[in-house]
Amino acid sequence: MLRFVVRRLLLLVPILLGLSILVFGWIRALPGSPAEALLGERATPESIRQIRHQYGLDRPLYSQYWAYLKTTASFDFGTSIASRRPVITEIRERFPATVQLTLAAMVFSVAVGIPLGFLAAKRHGTILDHASLVLSLLGISIPIFFLALILKYLFAVKLGWLPTVGQQDVLIDVPHPTNLYLLDALIAGNFGAFWDVVKHLILPGIALGSIPLAIIARITRAAVLDVQNEDYVRTARAKGMPPRIVDRRHVLRNAMLPISTIVGLQVGLLLSGAILTETVFAYPGIGSWLRQAISNRDFPVLQGGILFVAVIVVFVNLLVDVSYGLLNPRIRLARR
Amino acid sequence: MRGRLKFLLPLGVLLVAMTATSLSTAGGHKQNAKDTLVFGAAADPTLLDPSLVSDGESFRVTAQIFEGLTTLKPGTLTVQPALATSWKVSKDGKTFTFLLRKGVKFHDGTAFDAKAVCFNFDRWYNFPAALQSASASYYYNTVFVGFRHPGSGSAGPSKALYKSCSAVGSSTAVIKLNQAFGPFIGVIGLESFSMQSPTAMKKYGADKGRLDSQGVFHAQGTYGTQHPVGTGAFKFVSWNVGNKLVLERNDAYWGAKAHVKTVIFRPISDNAARLQALQTGEIQGYDLVEPQDISTIKSNHNLQLLSRPAFNVGYVGINQAVKPFDNLKVRQAVAYGLDRQSVVKSFYGGRGVVANEFEPPSLLGWTKNVTKYEYNPEKAKALLKAAGVQMPLKVDFWYPTDISRPYMPDPQRNFQAFAASLNKSGFEVVPHSAPWRPDYVSRVDAGTAGALNMIGWTGDYGDPDNFLGTFFRTPQKQWGFNNPKLFSLLNKALVETNGDVRAKLYAQANKIISDYVPGVPYVHTSPALAFQKNVVGYKASPVSLEPFALVSIK
Repeated sequence: MLRFVVRRLLLLVPILLGLSILVFGWIRALPGSPAEALLGERATPESIRQIRHQYGLDRPLYSQYWAYLKTTASFDFGTSIASRRPVITEIRERFPATVQLTLAAMVFSVAVGIPLGFLAAKRHGTILDHASLVLSLLGISIPIFFLALILKYLFAVKLGWLPTVGQQDVLIDVPHPTNLYLLDALIAGNFGAFWDVVKHLILPGIALGSIPLAIIARITRAAVLDVQNEDYVRTARAKGMPPRIVDRRHVLRNAMLPISTIVGLQVGLLLSGAILTETVFAYPGIGSWLRQAISNRDFPVLQGGILFVAVIVVFVNLLVDVSYGLLNPRIRLARR
Repeated sequence: MRGRLKFLLPLGVLLVAMTATSLSTAGGHKQNAKDTLVFGAAADPTLLDPSLVSDGESFRVTAQIFEGLTTLKPGTLTVQPALATSWKVSKDGKTFTFLLRKGVKFHDGTAFDAKAVCFNFDRWYNFPAALQSASASYYYNTVFVGFRHPGSGSAGPSKALYKSCSAVGSSTAVIKLNQAFGPFIGVIGLESFSMQSPTAMKKYGADKGRLDSQGVFHAQGTYGTQHPVGTGAFKFVSWNVGNKLVLERNDAYWGAKAHVKTVIFRPISDNAARLQALQTGEIQGYDLVEPQDISTIKSNHNLQLLSRPAFNVGYVGINQAVKPFDNLKVRQAVAYGLDRQSVVKSFYGGRGVVANEFEPPSLLGWTKNVTKYEYNPEKAKALLKAAGVQMPLKVDFWYPTDISRPYMPDPQRNFQAFAASLNKSGFEVVPHSAPWRPDYVSRVDAGTAGALNMIGWTGDYGDPDNFLGTFFRTPQKQWGFNNPKLFSLLNKALVETNGDVRAKLYAQANKIISDYVPGVPYVHTSPALAFQKNVVGYKASPVSLEPFALVSIK
């Protein structure tokens, strides 16, 4: 197991190197420059030249890349051109928000998706099964921003139950030592603030969770259908074991393997920042930050931010792989 | 069954809890305290050091914290005293003596005096190389041009407008310029030239930073992010980027104190999200209302719409380097062939007025007395015939894509309407387009965007030179003409310090321009702001500088 983990971690080096080249090349292939993005129609040829010089963009590409590698290797992601703040500071502020949003979306999609998929499999071929299929299709195909607008219109504008923007009411003041607002509220012992953060997570969580929900429901259904016909399930039933216990011990547990894979992959994906959801809900996470950086041609933010996100995705995938062994003793890696 | 219940239970609890908490708020909509104004900004400020930013979101905040020597009367472009109570200009227009307001203190207790004024002027002039680029000190670059120790690509003292500042006693500051500059009194009222506390700037390293081995500047001070200190009606409290920026009333303010105790700026980049947040009461106002949202706001009796006076111009530029557009009759034919009324009526949601001049009506020198060109295809054809060109006259007409500007919300629709009206007027339009950034603007500037092109300008500050001077004070490839009479008139107006004389000179320039037809201005637009109905006293300004101190919540 340890060897596997170390090998995977070592693999990170070529992956990150390759990715750094890709990101570096892609960013420089974007039309426009930070100067034009910052100054718009006021950008003069001189100011563009000057800003290119200031940020070293007028040097040969290989020398820019080398400089980028050197600084990144020492965990210096540079300074944002637009906000003039260190990229690492911005990641520290933004990433916890994305983690929180991912958690909310996953709680929603797992809590609804697994039961829905399970019930659809148990009621295979019935109206419930078809309804779950339609729901899944809707979840996948409805654009997030549209779903978000509808949810906000209904639950916030019309019913007034939930807030529409941000991660906390601006009138609430709680210190933020971790920037995880849920945790910060608990540390401060302020349960009102905690509940307020939860309320701010409900609508974006549902909007963002709609796609994983659909995928999880479908995978659960397929896995349960698959496992239900296994010999050991039939044996358990034949020996008179109560159906509930058969479902829990034999069906669900064995169906969990593909489900946990998909949940893990979705978490990795969501952690890389949900651009649309974060923008529509003014949720200050990694996604809206990178979107802003693209329109500002903020090279240091894009370079540092995308690399950071890549490391996170690789780590989550590694965790998913390791968790296989825990869930299913048959493929425990140590035995290989 | 029990299994299913287990899944449904948490959902049920959640719904009940949601309903319960929602019922505890008034009518389902949250009401903020009456002494707090929450404003929905389109973005976080870049920095809270006004001399190092040029974007509206930063200025909206710094305008509450800082003040300049002069300012604009709220809602207008009329210059009035602020930290200077009066001033005198020398005969040669190069020396300005400011009498300063007495007893004013910065928020950190530092006295505002002539020394502080000179400290600020000297700071700008002595900016380190990294702060000399236009992305940092755009307005200093635009107005004062040269720095004492110019970095690579920056202008030096020989090009600087600023010469020196000296303190005579504690309440008189004498500022000397290298040449006469008519708009100076108005220009120093720009946000970027606000007075900042010398103590705080030194203590928190306003200009502190290091250049890395690559020559990239890394800011190290915390002045602009956590400790901005001015003399304004509000003091800075905290800034949690992405979440909120909080200001509180300066109870020791020298002038009329602010009505509200706290102002909170909340960044919401998405337009639809800002509107919904206004509808739910999470914010009490926002700027940059989209034309399609206007009817929603108007029909909601809890909301109100404010208009910002127009401070921009959309125009069709004509490049006289392309023949036969050097012929006045051909240019007049273009002016008569553009159906400007229909375009403004159809595509601006009632927020635009037809422009006949290159400067907006709120500015000095705007006059009714200019030549107007009503849409008249027959007259256009007659002019083309008189010019001796063969009809239809082929014309390369450019428009930008991927862009929406206040003066041009949907360039393609404007273009299509203009092309259709020109085609009826003896022209044959050959359409061309390019993405706004980076190609289109560069092409227009370089004079390679055909004979006709659609573009515009939003003013930086309330002086006619910011419009007419930007366009026509010097020869430019965009226009491709040389008109010494116009150039010298605008240069004369630039150095004139007497307001009445300047107004006459600019009015004269507007008349000459309308006869000369270097291009065809077609629209000035008034952007809209939206507020809750109970917010009163917000004075929308053409240059977006609105004192929140005047705002109260009923």
